Amino acid sequence: MADNLTLTIDGQQVEIDPGSTILEAAQKVGIDIPTICYHEATTSNALCRMCVVEVEGQRLLQPACIVKAANDMKVKTNSERVIRSRRTILEMLASTMDLSDAPEILTMIEESRADVNRFPQAERRETEVKDDNPMYVRDYSKCLLCWRCVQVCADDAQFTFAINFSGRGFETQIATFFDRSIPETTCVLCGQCVGVCPTGALKPKREFLLEQGMSPQEISVLNTGRKKRRKP
Amino acid sequence: MIKPDRIVTTTCPYCGVGCNLQVHVKNDFIFKVSSPFDSPVNHGNLCVKGRFGYDFIYHPKRITTPMVRRYLLEGKTLEGIREPEFVQHGNQAPAHDLQSADHNWDWVETNWDTALKITADKLVEIYKRDGSDAMSVYCCAKATNEDNYLLQKIFRTQFRTNNIDHCTRLCHAGSVVALQQAVGSSAMSNTAAQVITNDVFIVTGSNTSENHPIIALQMKEAVEKYGAKMIVADPRRIDLVDFAELWLPLKPGTNVPVFSAMAHVIVEENLVNHDFINNRTEGYTEFLESLEKFTPEYAEEVSGVPAEDIRNAARLYANAKNAAIYWGMGISQLSHGTASALSLIHLAFLTGQIGRDGTGLNPLRGQNNVQGASDMGAMPFHYPGYMRVDNNDNAAKWEKAWNVEPGGLSRKLGLTQTEILGHAHMGGVRALYIMGENPMMSDPNLNVTRHHMEQLEFLAVQDLFINETSAFADVFLPATPFAEKEGTFTNTDRRVQRVRAAQPPRGQARPDWEILCDLAKRLEPRLGRANSAKWDYHSPAEVFAEMANVVPDFAGVTYERIDKVGLQYPVWDKDHPGTPTLFIDTFPRGRGKFTPLDFIHVMEEADDEFPFILTTGRVLEHWHGGTMTRHSALDEAYPEARIEMHPADAEMHGIIDGMTVRVTSRRGEVILRVTVTEKTTVGVVFIPMHFAEAAANLLTNDALDPQALIPEFKACAVQVFPARENQLANPDAVLNRGRY
Repeated sequence: MADNLTLTIDGQQVEIDPGSTILEAAQKVGIDIPTICYHEATTSNALCRMCVVEVEGQRLLQPACIVKAANDMKVKTNSERVIRSRRTILEMLASTMDLSDAPEILTMIEESRADVNRFPQAERRETEVKDDNPMYVRDYSKCLLCWRCVQVCADDAQFTFAINFSGRGFETQIATFFDRSIPETTCVLCGQCVGVCPTGALKPKREFLLEQGMSPQEISVLNTGRKKRRKP
Repeated sequence: MIKPDRIVTTTCPYCGVGCNLQVHVKNDFIFKVSSPFDSPVNHGNLCVKGRFGYDFIYHPKRITTPMVRRYLLEGKTLEGIREPEFVQHGNQAPAHDLQSADHNWDWVETNWDTALKITADKLVEIYKRDGSDAMSVYCCAKATNEDNYLLQKIFRTQFRTNNIDHCTRLCHAGSVVALQQAVGSSAMSNTAAQVITNDVFIVTGSNTSENHPIIALQMKEAVEKYGAKMIVADPRRIDLVDFAELWLPLKPGTNVPVFSAMAHVIVEENLVNHDFINNRTEGYTEFLESLEKFTPEYAEEVSGVPAEDIRNAARLYANAKNAAIYWGMGISQLSHGTASALSLIHLAFLTGQIGRDGTGLNPLRGQNNVQGASDMGAMPFHYPGYMRVDNNDNAAKWEKAWNVEPGGLSRKLGLTQTEILGHAHMGGVRALYIMGENPMMSDPNLNVTRHHMEQLEFLAVQDLFINETSAFADVFLPATPFAEKEGTFTNTDRRVQRVRAAQPPRGQARPDWEILCDLAKRLEPRLGRANSAKWDYHSPAEVFAEMANVVPDFAGVTYERIDKVGLQYPVWDKDHPGTPTLFIDTFPRGRGKFTPLDFIHVMEEADDEFPFILTTGRVLEHWHGGTMTRHSALDEAYPEARIEMHPADAEMHGIIDGMTVRVTSRRGEVILRVTVTEKTTVGVVFIPMHFAEAAANLLTNDALDPQALIPEFKACAVQVFPARENQLANPDAVLNRGRY
C-alpha cells in the first residue's frame, strides 16, 4: 500500500490514505464542509457545488466531494470567496425551488445569512404533485436535482433503472421513461429513492396524507374498499 | 413536514434478510420507515414491503378484542363439524361479524380472563381425556424467539407432547434434513453480505429479487462491481438471469440430475479438491459409483438443460477461488427435497468450496424468524438448540431447566406440521393451538386441509386477523404485530437482532409472550403442576436469558450486547464476537458425509389430460398467506393472482394475455387471469401462493418427502382452459404494472 498523503486544510496538517477526497480529509480532522447532494451511500458527482473549497494554485473553486487529496495540497474551506460562492448557491436554490421540507438547507441559509430574495425575477420550478402509486408521492417543485434518487435506482443500490434525468437546462427534471406513471415502469416500489431524498420531493404516501390533514384513522380505511379498475 | 414523536430502531418483520429499520411514529402511527446506511445487513436499502408495508397494523378488520364462540360461553358442546363462515372462492377477507346459520358458532367478544379460562379449560379437558397425543401446536416463524420458546415450553412441560412444529416444515425442511445429515448443522454456513467476495456463485430455486430483495441487490452488486460470475438454475427466467453468466432452465424437480451431472463433470475432468475430500469428508467411494449414471447428456435428456451448459457451470464453480451456493424453496419443496439439497451439498464437498469466507452452502431462509423458531425448538424432534427429544441426556437437561420431574418430558418424536392435521380424527389429534400461522393458505391440497380442520375438537388461534385459518377457530386471542412488542428475531445468516415496540398495543391486543405466560399460569393449577416451570417473566429479555443459559450457541448473546448491532450465533461466551463463517476447521458431525443419490421423478408428471407443470412461489409485493400484505396498500400494488404462461403454450391453447382461465389439477381448481410471458418456460406455469380467491394450494400436491416430510409445492400437473371473466371472485381487481 502506498504511503499516506499529507495536506493542509485551514492551516491544519492532515494525514490520509491515498485516494481520499478533500471532504474525507476534512472530516477526519473535524472540519465541517457543508454539502447538499453528497451522500455517504451514493456516488458523488459534484452537482450542487455547495462543498467547493479553495485550493492553492487552482484557478477555480474545487468541489471537495470528488477532488482527491494530494500531497502538500493547501486547502481553504472558509475563505471569503468560498463563503460568497456557497451563499450564492443557496440564494439561487431558494429563488427557484420549494425548500420547506429541507431543514438542513434552511439552516445553511440562516447560518450563511443568504438573502432568499436576492433574485426576485427568477422563474420558479413549480410542478404538480405526482401521486400515481400506492407507496410514495413525487413533488418535483421541491427537487434540487441532486441525482441521489437516480443513482440508488441504478447501480448504487437497486439496479432497476426506472428513473433518470429528462430535459435540458432549466427544464431538467427527474422523470420516468416517456414520463410514464410509476406502476407502468420497471419500478419495484422499494423506495430507495425516498430514503436518500434530501428535500422531501419524494415522500412516503402515508406521510403525505398526514400532511394533507388526514387522520391515521382515515388513512387506515383507504385500502379496504373494492379495487378500482384502472384500465378498461 | 411531519415531526415524529419518536424514531424506533427495530427489525423488519417480513423476510429472512432481517433488515434494520427506523420506524418514524406520530400519534402511534407509523408514517415513514427508513434504514441506517451503516447497517451491516442492508446498508440502508429496503424493499417495498419493508419500507411501506405496515398498514395492516391499523387495518379496521384487525381484531383487538378476545373472542370466543357462543357455545363456549354458554357451556355447551358443539354438535357436528365446525363450519367456518368462509368459502375459499369467496371474498378474500371474511368479516368476523357474519352471522352463521348456527348461533352457537357466532363469535362473541369477551375479556382476556374469560377467553384464557375457556382456552385452558378446553385444552385441559381434552388432555385429561385423550392424553398427550391429542394435543398439538403450530409455533410461528413470524413471532419472536421468546414467543416461540415459551409456546413450545408450554406444550412440552404442561401437555408432555412433542407435537410441535411450524412452517419450516413447508419451506426448508428438505434442506434442514439434508444439512443435518451431511454436516450436522442446518443454517446458512456463511453471511449473505459475503456474496461480494464470491468469484462464482450459484443461485438455484430462489427468485431472490422478489423473496430476499436485499440479498439480490448484493448479488447484483457482486456481479456488476466485484466481477463475480453468477450461475442461475431455475425453471423461470427470473430477474437475476439478466445478471447471470449462465442460466440453466431446468424442468421443475430435476435438480438431482443437473447438479449430479455437474458433480460428474467435476470428477471426470479432475477438478476435485482431493485434500478436502480426504481430510474432511466420508463416503466418497460409494458416492463416486452413484455418479456414473449422471452424465451431462443424461441430465440434458431429463431436465432440458444443454449438456454443454452443465459442463460450463461445473467448470466455473470448481475452478473458482471462492464459490458459494444460495438456494431456496425450488430445491426443498419437492417429494425428494432432501436428495435435491444433498446434490448441492456434494458440489461443495467435491470442490472444498465451504469453510472459508466467500464460499459456503447457503439456504436462504424465508421468514423473518424461521431460523429462530427452529433454533427455539418449535419442532417435533428437537428441544431448543437442536437437542433431540429422544435423547435422555437432552431431556434431563431441559427437565432441570424447566423444573419438570425426572422422566416427565416426552421422549417420543412428535408429529410434523404435515402430519398433525392428518391425524385430526377421533382417537388422534383433538386440540390444535396456532400462533400466527395460516395453514388454510399455506398447506398443500387445501381441500383436504379444510376437511381436516373441520375434524378438530378445539382450535385456538392467536393472530391479528380472522383469516382463512382463524375462521375455523373456537377461540381467538388477539396478539400484537412486531411494532407492538419487544423481543428478538434471528435472520437467515444466524444474526440475532432486537425487535422493539414502536407503539402500545392497539385495543386489548397483547404481546404473544404475555398471552402465553398468562395461559400457562392457568394451565398449571388445572393440571396439578403448580409452579413447576416459572412463568412470571418481567420481560422477553428474561425469557431469552433462560434459553441462552441452556443452549451453548447462544451463551454469549444478551440484550445488552445486541442493543445496536446483532450477533451471529454461535456466540460461545460473553466475549465471543459471533461467527460469520461456519465449518472453518470441522463440521459439527465431524466429517462431511456424501450420500449416493438416485434420480426420483416428481410425483405428478405432465400428461395428455394435465399438460402443464404448475410451480408455485411468491411475488415481491406479497407475503405468504397474505394476512399482513393483503390488508395493506401492497394489495393495491398487486391486487390479483395471475397465472404465468409461456407464449408458445398460450398460442397452442388459444389463450391470450389478460384472459380469464380455469386451472384444474387432480385435487382442485382456481379461476384467475393469465399473464403470457417468457418469464416462465414452455410447459411450465406459475401461480403465486398469496391469493385466497385463487389459492394456488388448492391445486398443489400433498405428496411428502419421506425424510423431511415436506410437501411437493413446486411441481404438480394441471390443465388450463379459458373461463369467463365474471367467474372471477373480484373482476375489478386488475394488475396493471410495467414490470410484470
